[in-house]
Amino acid sequence: MAIELKMPALSPTMEEGTLARWLKKEGDEIVAGDIIAEIETDKATMEFEAVDEGTLGAILVPEGTENVKVGTVIATMAGEGGEPASAPATSPVAAAPEPNAEPVRAEPAKATSTTGDPEIPAGTAMKTVTVREALRDAMAEEMRADERVFVMGEEVAQYQGAYKVTQGLLDEFGPKRVIDTPITEYGFSGIGTGAAMGGLKPIVEFMTFNFAMQAIDHIINSAAKTNYMSGGQMRCPVVFRGPNGAASRVGAQHSQNYGPWYASVPGLIVIAPYDAADCKGLLRAAIRSEDPVVFLENELVYGRSFEVPDVDEWVLPIGKARIMREGADVTIVAYSIAVGLALEAAEQLAAEGIEAEVIDLRTLRPLDTEAILTSLTKTNRLIIAEEGWPTCSIASEVMAVCMEEGFDHLDAPVLRVTDEDVPLPYAANLEKAALLDSARIVAAAKKVCYRN
Amino acid sequence: MAAALVPIGAKQPHRRPRKDADLAKAPRSKKTVPTDAGDFVLHSLQEAHEQQRRFEATTDQMLHFYEQMLLIRRFEERAGQLYGLGLIGGFCHLYIGQEAVAVGLQSALKEGLDSVITGYRDHGHMLAYGIDPKVIMAELTGRQAGISKGKGGSMHMFSTEHKFYGGHGIVGAQVALGGGLALAHQYKGDGGLCLAYFGDGAANQGQVYETFNMASLWKLPIVFVIENNQYAMGTAVSRSSAETEFYRRGTAFRIPGMDVNGMDVLEVRQAAEIAFKHVREGNGPVLMELNTYRYRGHSMSDPAKYRTREEVQDVREHKDPIEGLKKTLLDAGKTEDELKDIDRRIRAAVSEAADFAENSPEPELSELYTDVLVESY
Repeated sequence: MAIELKMPALSPTMEEGTLARWLKKEGDEIVAGDIIAEIETDKATMEFEAVDEGTLGAILVPEGTENVKVGTVIATMAGEGGEPASAPATSPVAAAPEPNAEPVRAEPAKATSTTGDPEIPAGTAMKTVTVREALRDAMAEEMRADERVFVMGEEVAQYQGAYKVTQGLLDEFGPKRVIDTPITEYGFSGIGTGAAMGGLKPIVEFMTFNFAMQAIDHIINSAAKTNYMSGGQMRCPVVFRGPNGAASRVGAQHSQNYGPWYASVPGLIVIAPYDAADCKGLLRAAIRSEDPVVFLENELVYGRSFEVPDVDEWVLPIGKARIMREGADVTIVAYSIAVGLALEAAEQLAAEGIEAEVIDLRTLRPLDTEAILTSLTKTNRLIIAEEGWPTCSIASEVMAVCMEEGFDHLDAPVLRVTDEDVPLPYAANLEKAALLDSARIVAAAKKVCYRN
Repeated sequence: MAAALVPIGAKQPHRRPRKDADLAKAPRSKKTVPTDAGDFVLHSLQEAHEQQRRFEATTDQMLHFYEQMLLIRRFEERAGQLYGLGLIGGFCHLYIGQEAVAVGLQSALKEGLDSVITGYRDHGHMLAYGIDPKVIMAELTGRQAGISKGKGGSMHMFSTEHKFYGGHGIVGAQVALGGGLALAHQYKGDGGLCLAYFGDGAANQGQVYETFNMASLWKLPIVFVIENNQYAMGTAVSRSSAETEFYRRGTAFRIPGMDVNGMDVLEVRQAAEIAFKHVREGNGPVLMELNTYRYRGHSMSDPAKYRTREEVQDVREHKDPIEGLKKTLLDAGKTEDELKDIDRRIRAAVSEAADFAENSPEPELSELYTDVLVESY
């Protein structure tokens, strides 16, 4: 009986991959442990290993095929002696659907009415790039322009980035400017911060912001406070960047959103963009800034494609929100991955006759309260969608702003739509239940509109 | 006034720190050196230091060291008084007893090129740069004219003009930050080095060893200086540290160590010559242990009951760095009168600084909101 070899999921966030090379031919004898093929994932090129013995039957997906969905049957294998195989070639976990997986799609970069963004001249070509590429391009362009800019972190150089964000930088800039560090976040964050004090412009990559907890002392006590404590003498132009928030099925210790933590600290700039154009324009602005910046990315968004204006100087203003979709009935404030969910929710609401205005905060500190209040004045109803815990959150802060400065404009209580107030569980169903989704945003929006 | 601030010796028995008995005793031959293998030479610098311990200073150089140490001593005594009068608030850590360390090491730096970073016991390091005592004292009293506009205080003082990068309040943070300053020297290829001071207490922090690892791996131009003043706040080194020979703490990272008498400015300076040369030649970091002693409590609020009055008195009488250099100067032909003149001059300068610090205005209230960020957004 034939065993189906399926495209494996080789990383927690992989949705599809490229079948780079077949290392076995049809009819080859296979023993367990043989490398059958090389598969390029969103993170790296991986070897696909046989777990069963038998003969390779038909190759169904030729090498060089891109965008092969996880779970696609790529080949068949006849079990030894015609016996049924004991196990599938891919593990059940890998084959299971990912609750957070969203189809890769290109969203237009519609800078509808954003204060301060550079004008995109009519006829400007748009390039479709992934968030991952946009971040890399931002770093590369700033490194070309300024000799003081360098990148340091775990696996940023030879490995080409744990999430491939620094891919290609070592080749172009060499090991002096793309520095692999040992797994010592506290130490290398201190070194990065000190290098900024010494006149350089470091980009310190955390493999995820969960690990930056080890380093938070330097981010806050050393980077954020020193300019003030020195009466303005000490500069610290460092960028701390990396993925933040829940990934997929990685459990509580790898899934936290630290936006509210950093956004509470005076002396820091905190940026949490959503699409590729904002990632690129704001990372370039962050690198140019003379202040310490915490730049929060999202692993689940790295592989999504968006349009980015194909211009040399794509640098966006820090501290300005962006209206992603205009509407008059209710405002949905969001940032990072929740912007995508808010846009989905707005589509569903539109089908029910409710026009939602979606605001992407983009910068969490300083917060663009003007954009929030202007929209509130227009819609008189506001909810906040945040992929994170509800207590002491960015949502709490936006609610406070609405109470203190927008009370007279409110026609309904401000509501927050967040993750559940629990450590993120591993089980697929529990994880899905814990994370915010567009259905919950729709429900909250209808509630403040007094619609059932 | 001043008498009330002298630490009062404890009556109860205490465990004597392993090292204070042989402080400043040179050479300390009872120590064993770490075993080396092949090219793993960790004590070559120490051997060079033991061949000639004291720096051959000219009389002028010695007078300069004497003057600097005396300035730190008198400045700190006055700071203690101002604290007692309520003019200085919060935490105030005095450098009395440790003067030879900052003066000896910093005299060997290349001015305007090398960088220095330390923890919160930082007044002495600033004075050793020749920074005006007035702006330092005014910072202690929290005045606009202070070097940090009164917004940093005793623990947070900086002078980027002198490449002095603070003044850090988190124990051990300055070690990793110093690693970054050294990385900047290496990156720019300017030939400078970073001198990163920390205490025997900070020497037990994890980030210190993370930094040792990277500094040695990347051959960063940094000199790690452990100012071992025998007590981490109130805990004697023997009660907090499994290895009290701190100069050995770099062994696991292939960082050569030096064991230096921090109570003799000429020995400190000589050791600095050896260490700095090694680092400037691109050989990576050096770890220096400077054995010293603080006469006062950890901070002004520390009654220092963890040690006896006799222990402090013994160091003051037999190992004081200022008295030691004074003796050398007298042996070299200087007279008591000449040295008294220096003392008079220093006292006048310190009085002037104290008056300035007491009488200059507090920061404008508008300063509350300045310097949070550099740019406007």
